[in-house]
Amino acid sequence: MIFAITSSGNSKTDMLDSRFGRCHTLVFYDNERGNLEFLPNPFRDEEEGVGPNVVRLIHSKGAGRIVSGSFGLKIKSLLDSHHIQMIIPEREDLTVSEILVLIDHGKKSGS
Amino acid sequence: MNYCSLNMSPRTRKRRKVTSPPEIKGFKPFGGSAKNNKPMINLLYEEYEALKLSDFDHYTHQEASVFMEVSRPTFTRIYSSALQKIAQAFVEGRGITIEGGHVYFDSTWYYCDTCSSRFNNPFIEETPQKCPLCGSWKIKDLDATTSDDLSVKSEKKVLYRCENCGTEKEKKRGAEKENILCDSCGNEMILYRDHNCGNNACL
Repeated sequence: MIFAITSSGNSKTDMLDSRFGRCHTLVFYDNERGNLEFLPNPFRDEEEGVGPNVVRLIHSKGAGRIVSGSFGLKIKSLLDSHHIQMIIPEREDLTVSEILVLIDHGKKSGS
Repeated sequence: MNYCSLNMSPRTRKRRKVTSPPEIKGFKPFGGSAKNNKPMINLLYEEYEALKLSDFDHYTHQEASVFMEVSRPTFTRIYSSALQKIAQAFVEGRGITIEGGHVYFDSTWYYCDTCSSRFNNPFIEETPQKCPLCGSWKIKDLDATTSDDLSVKSEKKVLYRCENCGTEKEKKRGAEKENILCDSCGNEMILYRDHNCGNNACL
């Protein structure tokens, strides 16, 4: 399963970005192969259609789950149509590495 | 007079669509007379959603009404009711609880007690057993939690309203046998909302 994570920077120590469409970086993590990719969000400075473009990007990368701080109404319906699961951690100060640890822990327990 | 006893029941009230339940269950005031035992003000889920769409997400009332699947005037009434309740809570120093309402969520949301994450279920035919993030079994259906809250509330209380001045008063179920008088004007109050009744006017 490929996870997409919205990050406020391009390293593991950066925190989860609470914005979805205008997040700084998108992190793609394949928990089966262990691949980790930091992709600077190419749409974050665009004026319109940011959210749907990011959804299309995530879908093209084959991600099935997205971890972010919040999702807009229009985004939610788009993600639902692509069967991408939304995960919203309550803690806003979670770092990317902490999220990766949670994902690995989840894989060990078979989720 | 009881609305439930009338043969001319009003049009069925549509359920309002809510994107996801709020992260918290309410607010408590502090300082001043915050320690008094004034009753909490109940902000309904649809009122919370109306406020969020209009003032947090900055949608127009027309756009927000489409999201909530109600007419624009209905949306404005819900929004206005939310503002009135919040203003009353601020001025009178009363707490706010966010629960209840005539709503449905546009997808089922779950909460993980282990990693404190909320997640939805995009696969309607399957029910998640574990948290998709940490793999914990300790997950709960937020939608079911909401229903439980409503049923507990509905078993115990019914709401009366004064047609003269609009004052509302909650009474225990069974109080219907006696005349309920308004504290403000002394007028006889009517049964206004009974969640167990099933009549459209009471939902």
